[in-house]
Amino acid sequence: MHELGITENIVNIALDKAKEVQASKITKINLVIGELSGFVPDCIQFYFDFLSKDSIAEGASLHFELAPAQFRCRSCSTVFCPQNTIWTCPKCQSQSVEIAGGRELYIESIEAK
Amino acid sequence: MRKIEVIQNILEANESIATQNQCLLDKHKVFAINIMSSPGAGKTSLILQTIAKLKNKLRIAVVEGDVASTLDAERVKNEAVAVVQITTRYMSENCTLIANMISHALQSLPLKDIDLLLIENVGNLICPSEFILGEHKRVVISSLPEGDDKPTKYPMIFADADAVIINKLDLLPYLDFDIPAFRHAAEGLNAKVKFFELSCKTGMGIENWCSWLLNEIKANSQKLI
Ligand SMILES: Nc1nc2c(ncn2[C@@H]2O[C@H](COP(=O)(O)OP(=O)(O)OP(=O)(O)O)[C@@H](O)[C@H]2O)c(=O)[nH]1
Ligand SMILES: [Mg+2]
Ligand SMILES: [Zn+2]
Repeated sequence: MHELGITENIVNIALDKAKEVQASKITKINLVIGELSGFVPDCIQFYFDFLSKDSIAEGASLHFELAPAQFRCRSCSTVFCPQNTIWTCPKCQSQSVEIAGGRELYIESIEAK
Repeated sequence: MRKIEVIQNILEANESIATQNQCLLDKHKVFAINIMSSPGAGKTSLILQTIAKLKNKLRIAVVEGDVASTLDAERVKNEAVAVVQITTRYMSENCTLIANMISHALQSLPLKDIDLLLIENVGNLICPSEFILGEHKRVVISSLPEGDDKPTKYPMIFADADAVIINKLDLLPYLDFDIPAFRHAAEGLNAKVKFFELSCKTGMGIENWCSWLLNEIKANSQKLI
């Protein structure tokens, strides 16, 4: 598991931001997680509840937006969501692709009082 | 209630430590490679073969990442200039090395007496793909018994690799591993990847791998001047 360290980062980033805008309570944290990344939302929530105790982020809910896996064809630049485990460009059938989405892992926003 | 935009990468902390690691390595002219694979694909075997081939030319140190045991560190102890063991079982990340662990390891290594640092990551094809360590090159090993579908199942680790090693080539007659299909899938994700087909058991192909490594080390040291 590597979610503990990641969740520590989430708590730190959120608390820094809240301090910067002089908020007194964080109620929600909106996260974007790529489908291809190996992070498990339930696991992050579990650690978050533990790590945010006694801070202004205690009790905040985490909202995860899952960013879909997307590939870009190197031949014709078409961006597509892979349908199965074969990544063939739907337009030109090329199998030379780069990952264009699905690796995201960032805090989009916080909601605070 | 108000919504405050943040847009901050959660892995930024790891990435900035990795950058510091690379600065420190470059300062001492140490070339580092991060060796990743599933358990048992041959990371330690490759390290031993590489040291055997290059120890007259380079001073080589090893970082061994392992969940629990010190077995791999024992295997390389007498061959390398220095070995640091990182036992991840006691850490918040136990499925991969992260930049902070390497930062600590670098403090206990005699960097001025090292030319090449071989980092054996934890056996895993998912988690190590999220964390850069400060290495100069990322190397992924796939071995024939694992099957030829790994690039399709674990795209991220192959997409970022500088080199992909196909190991245990001596077993080819007994297995139906489709090497062209494997290479086609990995190349599809990663246009710049270099392939090496070898056997750590017979030593076949080790020469090629080592000469690539020597070239990369030379290219990097020229960049630093
Ligand atoms: N036949 C054959 N066996 C090999 C080859 N390379 C490694 N092995 C064997 O595969 C097993 C695992 O090799 P290791 O080098 O320990 O693999 P590893 O990736 O370091 O394993 P972990 O550290 O446990 O993840 C050992 O029994 C090796 O002897 C090879 O080229 N051919
Ligand atoms: Mg090993
Ligand atoms: Zn196309």
